Amino acid sequence: MSEASEQEKQEYSELVKEATPVHSLGAQMLKAFLTGGIICCAGQGILNYAERLGLEKDAAGAWCSVLLVLASVVLTGLNLFGRIARWGGAGALVPITGFANSVAAPAIEYQKEGQVFGIGCKIFTIAGPVILYGTVASWLLGLIYWVLKTIGI
Amino acid sequence: MSAETIRGKQSISFREAPHIVSRASIVGKKEGEGPLGNLFDRVEEDPMLGQASWEEAESALQKQAARLAMEKAGPGVPPVRYLFSGDLLGQLIATSFGVMDLKLPLFGLYGACSTIGEALMLGAMTVQGGYSDAVLALTSSHFGSAEKQFRFPLAYGNQRPLSATWTVTGSGAFVLAHSGGKARVTGATPGRVVDYGLKDSMNMGACMAPAACDTICAHLEDFGRTPQDYDYIITGDLGSVGQTLLLELAGKRGFDLEGRHLDCGMLIFDSKAQDTHAGGSGCACSAVTLASYILPKIESGEWRRVLFVPTGALLSTVSYNEGQSVPGIAHAVVIEYC
Repeated sequence: MSEASEQEKQEYSELVKEATPVHSLGAQMLKAFLTGGIICCAGQGILNYAERLGLEKDAAGAWCSVLLVLASVVLTGLNLFGRIARWGGAGALVPITGFANSVAAPAIEYQKEGQVFGIGCKIFTIAGPVILYGTVASWLLGLIYWVLKTIGI
Repeated sequence: MSAETIRGKQSISFREAPHIVSRASIVGKKEGEGPLGNLFDRVEEDPMLGQASWEEAESALQKQAARLAMEKAGPGVPPVRYLFSGDLLGQLIATSFGVMDLKLPLFGLYGACSTIGEALMLGAMTVQGGYSDAVLALTSSHFGSAEKQFRFPLAYGNQRPLSATWTVTGSGAFVLAHSGGKARVTGATPGRVVDYGLKDSMNMGACMAPAACDTICAHLEDFGRTPQDYDYIITGDLGSVGQTLLLELAGKRGFDLEGRHLDCGMLIFDSKAQDTHAGGSGCACSAVTLASYILPKIESGEWRRVLFVPTGALLSTVSYNEGQSVPGIAHAVVIEYC
């Protein structure tokens, strides 16, 4: 391998920074705000409707999550979620819809590699880190909560 | 032409330059809708090509392109004796499963997206050396299989940076022989692996530009030529970002490529209308552009001499996740009208 000197690398990385166009942050944030806002409004709509039907707040919340996840999975299957995320960015990915997409997409892609080594092993390739570190973080917070409570704060 | 075969530091000059006697290009739907759309031999509307997976679809592309190129060579050309082929997938599965039915001895190559350059120069060396009357240089890439292997499942929603490129779905095939056809491979400069320490796999044009510059400058120095000795110097898949950087880097080395440089990745897609960002990429990008656009211009005599420089980014998901940089490689092939 022909490796450049540290100085050459430094100069080149500055040149690359200059030559590489980036998405406009303002426009992206506005699109994300709109997309995320619409998804959250839909969620709030489901929640209100469920409560009006006389459901408990917890049950209404569960219905809200389930329906949003379902919608995201169906849109993923129809190959539409990718387009929404391409336009709306984090607005589509941060809500529960993004999480559902990140599980459904590998399930579709790796189905051809079989139920065990395909879907089974690879369904959480994207969502896996979120699940793992989410669980660890909540365990840590629980521990801190328990310690603080035991010493009486 | 000089009788000397070994040229300068790393180049080859072919004494009896092998001819490119036939060429075939098969592409996917998106490529068919691009600026070169009506120049390809065949446009496949079905991204799966009736197969069960992306990988099998890519193999089917190779098989079709190989068959078409050999068919187009016609009965006047001796039968193809060896295959030089490669692709982007791990362990070259698109190639091995694609060419199996051809029942020809295979040299499997990996040069990332520069593969067709490597295949053409090794094929030319084999023909010139007298080891075979005719050989086939072949390569393929597929958007679906490449995304799946290098990035995310296709249905996963994410945003691509503006420096990202779009993997071309297609396959290009070329038959090389002692005579026939109006274009020939008169020289070659195999490239070195060049690393400028970049780690951004979504900016592959920038990762490969130093390698393209290294090979082009080495070529010009070895042959004692200038960019003006070529109608065009055509890189594989640097895209718009890589082009800017190549012109800058080559300028610093004393070679002005302005107005002499084209890039297959920028030719194959309309980046604005087709939302491909910096351009096309993948092994097929340079191969199908050579087959459909560059060679016809050479064969008609409109262009007399072209330096064809497919470029490759040498990364895997393992090297990337382990924090390694993304080095590049570029192989230059001189193609002349005859």
